[in-house]
Amino acid sequence: MDSEIAVQCRGVEKAFGNGGGKVLALRGVDLDVRYGEMTLLVGPSGCGKTTLLSVIAGLLNTSAGEVKVLGEQIERLPGRQQILFRRKNLGFVFQQYNLLPALTAAENGAVPLLAAGVPRRKAIGEAKRLLSTLGMSDRVDALPKQLSGGEQQRVALTRALIHEPRLLVCDEPTAALDADTGQAVMELLAAEAVRPERAVIVVTHDNRIFGFADTIARMDDGRILSVDSEPNVAVNTQFIPSQRVQEEVFA
Amino acid sequence: MNFIALKMLTGDRAKYLGLIFTIAFCTFLLENQTSIFAGILRRTGSQIKDVTDAEIWVMDPKTEYFEQTKALKDTDLTRVRGIEGVQWAVKLFKGSPVARTLDGKFAVAFCLGLDDATLTGAPRKMVLGSWERLREPDSIVIDKAGYALLFPDEPLQVDRTIEINDHKANIVGISDASAPFVSWPVIHTRYSQAVNFVGRERTQLSYVLVQPQPGVSAQELTQRIEAQTGLRARTSEQFQWDCVLYYLKHTGIPVNFGITIAIALIVGIVVAGQTFYIFTIENLKQFGALKAIGVTNWRITRMIVLQALTVGTMGFSIGSGLCALFFAITLNNPPTRGLVLMWQNAIGTGVAILVVIVLASLISIRRVLVLEPAEVFRG
Repeated sequence: MDSEIAVQCRGVEKAFGNGGGKVLALRGVDLDVRYGEMTLLVGPSGCGKTTLLSVIAGLLNTSAGEVKVLGEQIERLPGRQQILFRRKNLGFVFQQYNLLPALTAAENGAVPLLAAGVPRRKAIGEAKRLLSTLGMSDRVDALPKQLSGGEQQRVALTRALIHEPRLLVCDEPTAALDADTGQAVMELLAAEAVRPERAVIVVTHDNRIFGFADTIARMDDGRILSVDSEPNVAVNTQFIPSQRVQEEVFA
Repeated sequence: MNFIALKMLTGDRAKYLGLIFTIAFCTFLLENQTSIFAGILRRTGSQIKDVTDAEIWVMDPKTEYFEQTKALKDTDLTRVRGIEGVQWAVKLFKGSPVARTLDGKFAVAFCLGLDDATLTGAPRKMVLGSWERLREPDSIVIDKAGYALLFPDEPLQVDRTIEINDHKANIVGISDASAPFVSWPVIHTRYSQAVNFVGRERTQLSYVLVQPQPGVSAQELTQRIEAQTGLRARTSEQFQWDCVLYYLKHTGIPVNFGITIAIALIVGIVVAGQTFYIFTIENLKQFGALKAIGVTNWRITRMIVLQALTVGTMGFSIGSGLCALFFAITLNNPPTRGLVLMWQNAIGTGVAILVVIVLASLISIRRVLVLEPAEVFRG
């Protein structure tokens, strides 16, 4: 792949605590994430995947090293600029969805536009359109508690994509879902999120979804062990959606 | 984002209604108790307020409040009349005889003896009859509540006879006098008649009522009277405040009401604050997600303040409405007549409620502001 680099990490370290209680979560991470690709950060629990994702997303500062996201060193931006940079350029998908329980699916999906000052009606209309694309046209007015896990994750995906971010970060997007639903969500993610002008980073330890990756970065003990730009796992994890998932996703 | 804040608030219906109920209860209790407290204290000066003819009251130098009278000498009236700036000065008697109906029902009463010639200080708000008829022999005007006390469940009627300290008196009018501090009938009669009712003593003159000449301020004239006679002279307003302050200092009323008001405030702060705090904590994950997405701390602060102001405004409005309803219902009951929801109390309560919700929201805001957005990645 010769595509342009969206995220560049060089010698990134992240420590938590002080003195004897100091824990080094990242130990000199070097990583390139390219536009138009889905990069999976994989590894066992506690290996530093989520910490690295937080650092890349500008939610945590590094202890050493350098992180460039879309050409910017986010942690060097003033506080408010960091927030505005995240709002404009980043989309988030969380493991537990983190939808606002009082808002409908469309309203949840519209949150980034509302935060950016887009008028409510226009923002919600845009969210409904995107939800329809994701196969949820008949669920736009449902509250999160009325939605299945897969549907909630699709709402979260809507929220992550609605403002056309250039970097999408997903933290264990299939961890709270059953296998079929998880695969379906990943199919949607691959189909709707990966664009030539956008990079997608997915933190996971679910090896059933490795087949969706363009690049797989394997981590352990705070280090990148290997980066595989042509992962040959598709055959092993070839996913054939169940009838239910096919109906649900491609309705 | 305001609509998101409001939907978050109303989405948790149990806490939303709980917050509104708590603030409404707190508001009702505060407004109700402070209004009754202020109303009862105002009653201590009711008989002063009802005298609208004269602006200045002259009394013994040691007099601290209306009930506490030491008779002046008749010559004091003449001395006051001689002071420059006095347009006129008349005497006023205050006594506490026993009023008794022919059926034997009796009550201690406030008896105010008005200047025979001018009837200065006569009640101007009449329900039945006429104060001018006080010039008739043995005539009295009694207040409506006093009439109801002596003649319960009977229609208002003039030309009825009662006994005052065993002297026959004819009711020629029924007034709407302001409620006194204690629920005694208020009886107006002529000075000479009042002295006759109560029994002649060496000195009878309770107060001298004074009206300044046009262009002379009441304040200035009180100073002049005090300087030249050695008596105590107060404007009507000053004398009413003297009564209020006396009861504040020398009775247990403020402590009693203070405890209730303190309980209302504590209930408001603790329950409303705690419920609002729990509401925010339960939404912490969502606030964290909003922060990660790029919603600024300032915006989140505004959202929480909007939520707090919304429940505060709704609770305050409901509580004030209930309090106004309470006073509307009780306004015409003899024991609670004249007690109203005063605008000063409503504003004071509003400020107290504002403090409660600001404190509650500050604690919640602090918890959200220190939240690291990266927390949302931790499962």
